[in-house]
Amino acid sequence: MGLSASPGFMQGKYAWLKLLLITAIVLLNGYAIVLMYAGGEYAFALLTLVVVSTGVYVFTTKKMYAHRYIFPGIAGMVVFIIFPLAYTIGIAFTNYSGTNLLSLERVEQLHTQKTYMAKGGSFGFQLHQAAEGKYVLALSQDDKLFVTRPVEVVSNADVRARKLTLETKRIKLQAVDALPTSEKAPIKEIIAHRQFFNNIVLVTPEADELVMNGLRKFSAMKPLYSRLADGVVLKESGAILPGPSILRNNQTGELMLPNMETGYFQYIDGDGEFVGSRLAPGFTVGVGWKNFERVATDKGIKEPFIEIFIWTVIFAGVSVALTLAIGMVLACLIQWEELKGRAFYRVVLILPYAIPAFISILVFKGLFNQNFGEINGILESLFGVKPDWFTDPIMAKSMILIVNTWLGYPYMMILCLGMLKSIPEDLYEASSMDGAGPISNFFNITVPLLMKPLTPLLVASFAFNFNNFVLIQLLTNGGPDIIGASTPAGTTDLLVSYTYRIAFQGDGGQDYGLASAIATLIFIVVGALALINLKLTKADKTA
Amino acid sequence: MAMVQPKSLKYRKLATHVVLCLFLCLIIFPLLMVITISFRTGNFAVGELIPSNPTLDHWRLALGITVVNPDGSLTPPPFPVLTWLWNSIKVAGISALLIVALSTTSAYAFARMRFRGKATILNGMLIFQMFPSVLALVAIYALFNKIGEYIPWLGLNTHGGLIFAYLGGIALHVWTIKGYFETIDPALEESAAIDGATPWQAFRLVLLPLSVPILAVVFILAFIGVITEVPMASVLMQDVDKLTLAVGAQQYLYPQNYLWGDFAAAAVLSGFPITLVFLMAQRWLVGGLTAGGVKG
Repeated sequence: MGLSASPGFMQGKYAWLKLLLITAIVLLNGYAIVLMYAGGEYAFALLTLVVVSTGVYVFTTKKMYAHRYIFPGIAGMVVFIIFPLAYTIGIAFTNYSGTNLLSLERVEQLHTQKTYMAKGGSFGFQLHQAAEGKYVLALSQDDKLFVTRPVEVVSNADVRARKLTLETKRIKLQAVDALPTSEKAPIKEIIAHRQFFNNIVLVTPEADELVMNGLRKFSAMKPLYSRLADGVVLKESGAILPGPSILRNNQTGELMLPNMETGYFQYIDGDGEFVGSRLAPGFTVGVGWKNFERVATDKGIKEPFIEIFIWTVIFAGVSVALTLAIGMVLACLIQWEELKGRAFYRVVLILPYAIPAFISILVFKGLFNQNFGEINGILESLFGVKPDWFTDPIMAKSMILIVNTWLGYPYMMILCLGMLKSIPEDLYEASSMDGAGPISNFFNITVPLLMKPLTPLLVASFAFNFNNFVLIQLLTNGGPDIIGASTPAGTTDLLVSYTYRIAFQGDGGQDYGLASAIATLIFIVVGALALINLKLTKADKTA
Repeated sequence: MAMVQPKSLKYRKLATHVVLCLFLCLIIFPLLMVITISFRTGNFAVGELIPSNPTLDHWRLALGITVVNPDGSLTPPPFPVLTWLWNSIKVAGISALLIVALSTTSAYAFARMRFRGKATILNGMLIFQMFPSVLALVAIYALFNKIGEYIPWLGLNTHGGLIFAYLGGIALHVWTIKGYFETIDPALEESAAIDGATPWQAFRLVLLPLSVPILAVVFILAFIGVITEVPMASVLMQDVDKLTLAVGAQQYLYPQNYLWGDFAAAAVLSGFPITLVFLMAQRWLVGGLTAGGVKG
């Protein structure tokens, strides 16, 4: 169809409305992009920029009329498939993890918020009731005595009930000779108003600031670290320190720098070399190929990785072979026109495909249960055996293959049913004339003729099973564990579930960088499979 | 029909029936077991196919009704199954509608218009569709965390965000609909265009009404795809009452809190409608499946 009829965007009676809309979108997104860029979120800023500017270009240019139809769909794919893919590959080259989660700026900010108790700055603290709901705070240190004027305090219960957000309040202290005569409030009063006290700053006449630390104590807290200007020169060696994040420990006078190789702040010695231990929390830095090196060299990662990789390939291959074999045979059987009740067989045979997989997988998890599962009940009464389906690696793997075959054969059956119709009937006639039975017909005519159109779908099925996360996650969650692995890894884990567990299930040490590195390796495998698939599909169409 | 009929035909038919029936038993066994288990007393009961003292307790719990035990104590429902089911249906319904809308317009352009980069985009879509989203979950999490800072109702732990996330997966549906459009004679729209219709009008008033069957197929496929999706929903959703069924159902079978009987009732309750929809639609679905890819 020609494009001659396509209307320009800036014509028609609603042109001004469209112009207004476009301007609003551009302004709003422009503002958001600037915000993201300023916040150091370059990837997100770039994504928004690309998507929005492409969108505006497509919808305002007459030449791009056809692209208007595909833009929303393509934009969805770019944002939710391609961008996450690229972002994941990016993460693979960083140390992004549960311990190195934040940006350098944020970590520096956290360090500068730390405080220490200044010497001699600790005061004993008492509470004296002044009037209804009002208290005098009394502080004492040796012979120094300070009190506040009567203050209204807010109880914790009030804060909770009225959902207050307490603001930091500064209260002045006056020097006095004697403590107030009114009765000293019991400690439970302090506890009941603790949130309030935590949010006040008492200012002494000497302008020292005191904050609560402990139920009976207020102390002068000073920031532990202060930030120095760029280009500090070390006295001992004359080395100039690289800026801009030089922190000085106000308590000890030591200098601290971010170590851009490990992603932690570390103290330095007189020569500017890093000494001492790393200070948590860490920040995210690029580490180059280190995550990939770990996969290749670290024994606790390499060995489970190879084991899991081999199992993944076996699992996907055997799954495809078993489902194909069963599906094809069943398709041939229910295709047979002499057979009565074909419609009934067909509906029941499709059942495993019709039931949502997450339900059937969980049902099997229960049925295979070691002690009260029905399958072991039957096996025990018939043969007197109770296999350890979840703790023995071989049995767990067999169980997974059994369940996956149960789940997957109807798909193959449906595919074969469709294709069987295209095999000419006279081929079978001719071979029957030559005295061939149904079995030799199956192997000599049906299988060879089905294999060709099935191949791209088999590759797709292989790729699907290669990444069959839901099955593993719901059935075994990877277990039983591989002994000696330094990340969570199980004998029935597929590469995808292994990656997922490194990223989301590590006990505190969620290692996104390593998980992304392994994900990148899987992307390469999947990409290769996808290309093969495309080639096969094309070959199939041209043939 | 076949003119050559061997004498053994009768026996072969019989043998086929026997084989198929045995196979059917294997298929139906787990399903029957679940139904039985949902009526057994307690969560650890083992034994006969027809429970000797059937109870409706598991069903009451699945329907959100507190059960009064014989000793007077109360058992509250362990999980909000009906809320989960509703969440699933809501998210899947809206996602499927939007997926149909997005893929139809794209498919129209791919089937009927000529433009730069068409073949590349089509193939690219198919390739990228094969990359599993599980692997990019860290990035997707970060993405929605970021989106939530600007548009809260599309952020983490919102159904809006989850629906949004599912809109990326349209490639297979685009291919399916495109294939269908190509079977419709373009002369219809061309004559509409001669009468002065814009491409958009030709698409909406001529082509769309003719494509209702394939749109229904894509809707059901997308609906089932979203309902059974686990990884994305498990990472994006956090509150118990916001979970979808596919994510929440796992919580029944944790080793430390093993509610086998309760799970059975919940599984039958929630699995039944979805299965029924699929079976009713399967005649039309088969064509769509062969054209598309693998159920995910």
